[in-house]
Amino acid sequence: MRKVTQKQILLQGNEACVKGALMAGCRFYAGYPITPATEIMEIMAKELPQAGGTFIQMEDEIASLGAVIGASLAGVKSMTATSGPGFSLMQEHIGFACMAEVPCVVVNVMRAGPSTGLPTLPSQGDVMQARWGTHGDHPIIAIAPSSVYECLELTIQAFNLSERYRTPVILLIDEVVAHMREGIAPLSREDIEIEERPRPTVPPRWYIPYGDPGTGVPPMSAFGDGYRYHVTGLYHDVRGYPTVREDEVNPLIRRLFSKISKDFHRLQWFDSFYTEDALITVIAYGCVARAALRAVKEGREKGLKVGLIKLKILWPFMRWTITRALENSQEVLVPEMNIGQISREVKRVNQSRCEVSTLNKVDGTLITPEEILKKLEEIHP
Amino acid sequence: MKETVHLVHKYLRSSKKFPHIWCAGCGIGIFMQALIRVIDRMGYSKDDIVLISGIGCSGRLPVYVDFSTLHTTHGRALTFATGIKLANPRLKVITIMGDGDAVAIGGNHLIHAARRNIEIVSLIINNQVYAMTGGQCSPTTPYGQQTTSSPYGNLEPDFDICRLVEAAGAAFVARATVYHTRLLDQLLGKALKKKGFAMVEVFSQCVTYAGRYLGLDSPVEMMKWLRDSSIPVAKARELSEAELKGKIVTGILVDREKPTYHELCKKAFKQKPKI
Repeated sequence: MRKVTQKQILLQGNEACVKGALMAGCRFYAGYPITPATEIMEIMAKELPQAGGTFIQMEDEIASLGAVIGASLAGVKSMTATSGPGFSLMQEHIGFACMAEVPCVVVNVMRAGPSTGLPTLPSQGDVMQARWGTHGDHPIIAIAPSSVYECLELTIQAFNLSERYRTPVILLIDEVVAHMREGIAPLSREDIEIEERPRPTVPPRWYIPYGDPGTGVPPMSAFGDGYRYHVTGLYHDVRGYPTVREDEVNPLIRRLFSKISKDFHRLQWFDSFYTEDALITVIAYGCVARAALRAVKEGREKGLKVGLIKLKILWPFMRWTITRALENSQEVLVPEMNIGQISREVKRVNQSRCEVSTLNKVDGTLITPEEILKKLEEIHP
Repeated sequence: MKETVHLVHKYLRSSKKFPHIWCAGCGIGIFMQALIRVIDRMGYSKDDIVLISGIGCSGRLPVYVDFSTLHTTHGRALTFATGIKLANPRLKVITIMGDGDAVAIGGNHLIHAARRNIEIVSLIINNQVYAMTGGQCSPTTPYGQQTTSSPYGNLEPDFDICRLVEAAGAAFVARATVYHTRLLDQLLGKALKKKGFAMVEVFSQCVTYAGRYLGLDSPVEMMKWLRDSSIPVAKARELSEAELKGKIVTGILVDREKPTYHELCKKAFKQKPKI
């Protein structure tokens, strides 16, 4: 058993997520009850007013994300939390936040789908929905914590990325991690860096709300600050006004992608274990990464040359990191609690460098270390 | 004329490439003019006003005026407005929606914003048709009316928006038409001043679609139709349901004092949570 020192606190994944959000400066929450995400809402309802923020329970998930985007436009860091069916309802507004470049954090505590599915058994089935759920080409950032500590840390980072790039960030927590309790060392203010959205430094008449200042991320003024401008989900010119001119449409969609893709090198967030001499590399995320780590450790004890890369960012897909792993090992195993979503991305960037095996489970039960170890033994050269 | 020129220069966005997208003879421009006139008369700072719209012909209104403006998704203007108002209660938050926008796809949000009595001015332009998509029937299209999506006649009864919003709990409910511009100015002024959820339904003419279906071929004929089918609320109270069929009852229908959502929040959050 792990020794819990005096300095540690016992937290649930969802609780840690709220703590992280409040530390990151979140002061607005709008949501709708859904298991297994409801704890986030319940704690927010209690804590947010004490922190000087606002909580509101909306009439559905569409309204929740609408209110979150509204609050963010008024200058307040905002978030919502939901699970599968609610996440489906939010898709249109995720697209709006991408297009209008409104920072916000959407937590999706994944449960098994499709539809009402298996309430509320765990799954990792929403990985592709997080990427392509809303219509049209768009960039997205999705983060997947695999421990209670990471729920805290990565929620803070989700806000930071969302503010830095003015984009919605999706936190994909699986039900296991959300409901798990672990002792973690509390973070203090000095341990963390909080980022804020870029604000205009010019007087209102010089303000170009959707121009590219060079970073790809235009400064954002809050409604009521005196910079009167137009926000729309339509394609718009640099002033925010609707346009169908291809010389205005094309630069906008290209900028939306490039503001994130030019920073790929900063978005390679992963932990690696025993990968230096590994013949087989396991690529996993969320709760499956925990089982995979144990399997890899046991495999090493048995003399298998196996390693693990634990992904913390799922989107944009960490092409550089994965390509390196594929070059350095003979085989790759991607265990996932879905029919094969990240494994497809791994295969896409593989280009015949090595064998890619999968281990999929979609029945609401966990992938165990034994199952992963068995598979590793099967495929070990 | 001098006043109009002054308002044009003060409130219309000079950087926006006019002309606007509305058809010749559309009623939305009359409504926009009334809104600008009233806001100017009441002396609000342009920085304090946020104008939010949904999708449709009415959804294009905010882009032309020099406030903080937000063109949202179909039916959801009130949800964005709720977030903005709660995040910065100092702002005067106004939503503009069409009939399909407000009571079909956005009906749920309308009910709940009214129920919360959140301080938002909700202005619904009712032209009884989905105009931007080519004249399909909406929840306010009269029963039996033929449209592009009801070729055998509309089989659904039409919605009384004011009654819906009243029942949901709004503090202020009123109705006007774009023909009755003085009344419209007066009602918009009252709605802007109201503490709580204030809704004004504005009957407007869509010459391109609704007019064609009604057999009214010109804006003038449609304005005459608005004039002749309207009846002031005091007079309407003396008439029976049957006599009021097809009539547009105009004036203030509800004006009541209720604590706003924001006031209740301020009071509640001073205390310790109960559980």
